[in-house]
Amino acid sequence: MIGFSLQRTLGVFYARNLEFLRDRSSLGWNLILPIALVVGLAFVFSGPGRPLFKVAVVASPAAINAEQHPFFGTRFVEFFSVDNRESAIDKVGGHTLDMLVEPEGAQLNYWVNPDSPKGYVLERLLAASQLQVEKNPQGMHMATGNGARYVDWLLPGILGMNMMFSCLFGVGYVIVRYRKSGYLKRLNATPLTAFEFVSAQILSRWVLIMVITMMIYAGTQWLIGFRMAGSHLLLFVLASLGAFAMISLGLVVAARVTSEEFAGGLLNMVTWPMMFLSGVWFSLEGAPHILQAAAQLLPLTHLLAAARMVMLEGAGWTDVWDSLLILTGMSLLFALLGAWLFRWSADR
Amino acid sequence: MQVVELVKQYPAVQAVSGISFSVPTGSCFGLLGPNGAGKTTTVEIMEGILQPTSGSVLYNGRPLDSEFRQLAGVQFQSTALQDFLTVEENLRFFRRLYRTGLSVDQLCDLCSLHEFRRQNANLLSGGQRQRLLLAIALVNDPQILFLDEPTTGLDPQARRNFWEQVERIKAQGKTIVLTTHYMEEAYRLCDEIIIVDHGRIIAQGSPRSLLSEHYNDVVIQLPKWDVPDGLPELPWNIIEGVDQIEIVADDADVAIRWLVARNVPLRHMTLRARSLEDLFLELTGRELRA
Repeated sequence: MIGFSLQRTLGVFYARNLEFLRDRSSLGWNLILPIALVVGLAFVFSGPGRPLFKVAVVASPAAINAEQHPFFGTRFVEFFSVDNRESAIDKVGGHTLDMLVEPEGAQLNYWVNPDSPKGYVLERLLAASQLQVEKNPQGMHMATGNGARYVDWLLPGILGMNMMFSCLFGVGYVIVRYRKSGYLKRLNATPLTAFEFVSAQILSRWVLIMVITMMIYAGTQWLIGFRMAGSHLLLFVLASLGAFAMISLGLVVAARVTSEEFAGGLLNMVTWPMMFLSGVWFSLEGAPHILQAAAQLLPLTHLLAAARMVMLEGAGWTDVWDSLLILTGMSLLFALLGAWLFRWSADR
Repeated sequence: MQVVELVKQYPAVQAVSGISFSVPTGSCFGLLGPNGAGKTTTVEIMEGILQPTSGSVLYNGRPLDSEFRQLAGVQFQSTALQDFLTVEENLRFFRRLYRTGLSVDQLCDLCSLHEFRRQNANLLSGGQRQRLLLAIALVNDPQILFLDEPTTGLDPQARRNFWEQVERIKAQGKTIVLTTHYMEEAYRLCDEIIIVDHGRIIAQGSPRSLLSEHYNDVVIQLPKWDVPDGLPELPWNIIEGVDQIEIVADDADVAIRWLVARNVPLRHMTLRARSLEDLFLELTGRELRA
């Protein structure tokens, strides 16, 4: 770019980093958050797989075994003993429990909430458990996949979501604060250009986010372990591009805003769709076509899809070239748009 | 610097209505005006941070461009700085934004900042902070310096200290454009002033020439309680304050003799020449502006 000065850009980059490192509350939060996240993930995902259903049984704990009734041997269902049937019925009605059963001789009496999908599935499981089912019924085939667990699938989503919040809110709020306080107006009276200022903000935030994300990655791997079948370098490049794209998107949002409240609203409007459409918690396979198409417009979608391919399937550079290209394009587009839309003060 | 037919139109109001003037090189040029008169808008256009609706600003005969920012220094009335940076770090940061300029030591010398150079800039007192903002405005050793209400909110000592700093800078031959609400400040520092109201220039000249042009009288100030009720035949203009009466007389001797003849006690009398503030109030009116 004509007139671009590395000296000025690095000056802003250095000053912003100093400000961040000396802001003890902000620095503390950014250090505590990843530790809390790692500990939380370790707590949730360590040990055997989490059950999918919760079933209360009005019987002593000793009576809850597969010899008593084959239903109690069903995998991925947590059975536990309760004394108070009426209270448990209320909990089923309130969706706190998925089912309540009470043995009566060889028969099981049960309560389900007719509006609960889990109750419906459990009812079917209970009925199936009472039938003699072949060990390997005709038509059954095994799809063992790559041996990845749910946590292996989920972890890239959680890392990506943490990056998304830090990218968008971290940079967006800082710009709005600078503008509101008049600091940007003062910078506007210097030779610093909008592109130099925006570049320095992107660079500063990128360094911070990559350090934090690597800390969470290493800590989680150490505490709970997860599948990493591909190249760390490729994953780093993907994460870098994803961070660039999302920081730049934050700059687009904050390009002209002067109110933190309004900026918060706009940033929520960007983050919530990404959280639900980009595959953080669940895949969009089978979702309406329009939602899948909308998800393609979000940088987090491409970051997570490619990161999962690398981490779970060991995909290489050529396998994720399209994601690399899209994230690069989004980074450039948002950065240029952010610099173009950028205003030093509100009333100009 | 030349300002030519400058107009700034906002959706609801025309802030500047076609004003023109020149700022002589090496002078201190003052822009005075009540709140909302258009002086800040005018100065921000001169600084190059605001685009005019029409008209132009020329510096050394050329329109303002990115190169102008290398040559100009700006101090706003209140400027936020980055949190957690010391005085020295702020100076180094702003210095990096320019090709050439003064060293941190030179700036600290010039603005008496050595004592505070390692102190968090956001913890400075009002006067210290204004000195830092002045030093920041000087980091590029500017040819032209804009000071926008630099002493608003400062106590009298800090204000006078700031004036001394500005006088030192002025002695270096730099061009200074000053906006201020303080007439004493304008009178002391400015070689030439314009008074702006409703986006137009209503007076222009050196402070002394403006005063001699508009006034050839003196003001006799008396406490109200010393003046008997009603001086109906008083042959001069009077300005009545809450507890003071000002008699504006062409000849002080005649006026004093006239008062003595009517047994008006003069032990609390003060005599003063007309000030820039008198002129300002006369030209812009005495009603309160928002």
